[in-house]
Amino acid sequence: MGFTAHFWRGIRTGIPFFLLVAPFGMLFGVVATEAGLNLVEAMGFSVVVVAGAAQFTAIQLLSDQAPVWVAVISGLAINLRMVMYSASITPHLGGLSLGRRILAAYFLVDQTYACSLLDCEEKPHLTLDEKWGFFLGITTFLIPIWYGSTFAGAWVGNAVPIGIGLDFVVPIAFLSMVAPGLRTGAHRAAATVSVILALCLVWMPFNLGLLVAGLGGMMAGAEVERRSLS
Amino acid sequence: MITHWDAWITIILLGLGSFCLRFIFLGAVGGRELPEWVLRHLRYTPVAILPAMVAPLVVWPQATGGETDPLRLVVALATLAIGYLTKNSILAMIGGGLIIVGGLQIFG
Repeated sequence: MGFTAHFWRGIRTGIPFFLLVAPFGMLFGVVATEAGLNLVEAMGFSVVVVAGAAQFTAIQLLSDQAPVWVAVISGLAINLRMVMYSASITPHLGGLSLGRRILAAYFLVDQTYACSLLDCEEKPHLTLDEKWGFFLGITTFLIPIWYGSTFAGAWVGNAVPIGIGLDFVVPIAFLSMVAPGLRTGAHRAAATVSVILALCLVWMPFNLGLLVAGLGGMMAGAEVERRSLS
Repeated sequence: MITHWDAWITIILLGLGSFCLRFIFLGAVGGRELPEWVLRHLRYTPVAILPAMVAPLVVWPQATGGETDPLRLVVALATLAIGYLTKNSILAMIGGGLIIVGGLQIFG
């Protein structure tokens, strides 16, 4: 098994996430158009920013007449979690050439990250080339869907029937990504602690509650792992 | 209405900033070995961050204006249970999707 085999495995892994990415991208296209952006600007967001939740927030703030810097800072606050993505994928993909690391950083979104990291964790014997193949496979499938669905949403505008229960697409998708990864007591401790902290810290500004909850969960997982080894 | 200037300044600054957030460790650390205690923490990043992102959306859904909804709680727990027991995220996603769509048809 080399690069190619894992590339295809990445594509297969990415396929079900079509159900998450396509409606989310379309919804963004529709919302952006309704807020007064043209097709090129809506695409600009999806191609340059590549981060759904931050894009929605920025558009919403701009259409509420917030200053540009508020929209930018709020979007970046939502994306702060990506620093942690970058840190935790680095032990696996850090050995790539600079050009490939730049590409990996650009494509490091929730789904590509979560699938890749959980896969690297589950299959520690994979070589750098194979891990890169898997990451690129997911990316090659999902990123064009993100661009394409934004385009479709912006193209048809508000003619899109916004289906029932669409608000719950993101929770269902994230929970189903994480659930199989709760393999050990340490993983379950990390998830439990972070959920409790996240619920207790929703009052914190700039999405900081999420970061504190995430760090707390990571510390819980690491501590349980350390104790089980010693 | 959002002006074209505002849209493009936001796109460029938010895009550059988000890229830097993603690149910071990949770029600065690269192939260097991290200490074991750091790696031990980083292993738990996805199972800590993703549930923490989702938890408030499950307990206080946007669609109900922040009011706790038993159907959405059940859907979230069912999705988690299916994924955990079958080790298959596709089944979990389909299961959760069917329950919410069906549940909204019946109770909504």
